[in-house]
Amino acid sequence: MSTLPQALAGIVEDFAALEEAQRLELLLEFSDALPELPARLADHPELLEQVAECQSPIFLALEVDPEGERAVHLFFSAPPEAPTTRGFASVLHEGLDGVPAQAVLEVPDDMPNLLGLTRAITPLRMRGMSGMLARIKRQVREALAAGAA
Amino acid sequence: MSIATDPHAKFADYAHPERLVSTDWLAAHLGEPGLVVVESDEDILLYETGHIPGAVKIDWHTDLNDEVTRDYVDGAGFARLMSAKGIGRDTTVVLYGDKSNWWAAYALWVFTLFGHRDVRLLDGGRDKWIAEGRDLTREKPAPAPTDYPVVERDDAPIRAFLPDVLDHLGKPLIDVRSPEEYTGERTHMPAYPEEGALRGGHIPTAASVPWARAAAEDGTFRNRAELEAIYLDGAGLDEGDEVIAYCRIGERSSHTWFVLTHLLGFGNVRNYDGSWTEWGNAVRVPIAKGTERGGVPAVRVR
Repeated sequence: MSTLPQALAGIVEDFAALEEAQRLELLLEFSDALPELPARLADHPELLEQVAECQSPIFLALEVDPEGERAVHLFFSAPPEAPTTRGFASVLHEGLDGVPAQAVLEVPDDMPNLLGLTRAITPLRMRGMSGMLARIKRQVREALAAGAA
Repeated sequence: MSIATDPHAKFADYAHPERLVSTDWLAAHLGEPGLVVVESDEDILLYETGHIPGAVKIDWHTDLNDEVTRDYVDGAGFARLMSAKGIGRDTTVVLYGDKSNWWAAYALWVFTLFGHRDVRLLDGGRDKWIAEGRDLTREKPAPAPTDYPVVERDDAPIRAFLPDVLDHLGKPLIDVRSPEEYTGERTHMPAYPEEGALRGGHIPTAASVPWARAAAEDGTFRNRAELEAIYLDGAGLDEGDEVIAYCRIGERSSHTWFVLTHLLGFGNVRNYDGSWTEWGNAVRVPIAKGTERGGVPAVRVR
């Protein structure tokens, strides 16, 4: 997995080393660990983009550092009644937050399938996670383009 | 020996009041021998975030569906599942779940395919239990295995297949999806991703009664008079009608199947679980678009 940033590659390895039931438990741990939105975003829901591919309401926002490695900072909001969606968001947060923009863009689009959850979790939900990743990459591209202009 | 039913006044008006329990009743009976509480949700992790103390989980996707064929588990698979959950053939099972018991009703319908006699729904489901501030736990019970018998699934009375629906045209059909799915404007639920039906619309003659109309704001079922206004006066069903309900994959229509069968007392209601993901992809089946129900096709084309 040379194309995955180190933190995300580590998460994928952790999932791969487990049995399916334990993978779901690990996803629950990620769900529990999803950080709250910072106040500057929590008070401004219009700054967040809804991930329409997900069955549950989830919103994301990101910021890209203006210089240096152009590190990406991710923010998610998803309700506690949607733990699977929160878990996916949390995996992406822990795996990609602070990662240089170029490395985020190089994450393969089918990365969610590497978690070994495609049997337990319906294709619909797996597509939701792919949708989150696609939107992150699009927003990163937009941020880079805006910075270059 | 089943456990005494809930004498709740609202339930007494329903055709089969023994099919529902209230949150008060459940709180009072938790832990009683012969009772197993089962949570069944859309989200595979929701049970793990906290559930009713002592409740076990059944997942619609990994536990009730066959892994390979688009079908339900067989008698041996169901017996294994019941044993693992500590459910015997005479156990009183109370099901509850998220989204006004949408998935719990689906599980109840599958239990019925195997003729499990005493299976009930918690009126208001998970949300009402939580809204009332009742206990939740993350502790998972470890039930002792039972020797649940291998009972062959009996699909015919309550399950319809595509040819059955073609033969049924002219008798009442209820489409329980959203109005946008019914008209053909979209092939999936609002706010849900596209799910790959090649055609949009509804089965000709089907009445549109979105499933959630049967639920009140707190997730409990509407009372009998309200339900009669929706299904008899509104959708035009008459006592004694044979009815088929469908949605996208048969989950939301299980909720309506429960309402028509157990709350309003229709004796011949089938759930077409192939639903729109089958019909909307099938070759040469008739489809109606727009808000009109459409007529019975004059010529059988298939």
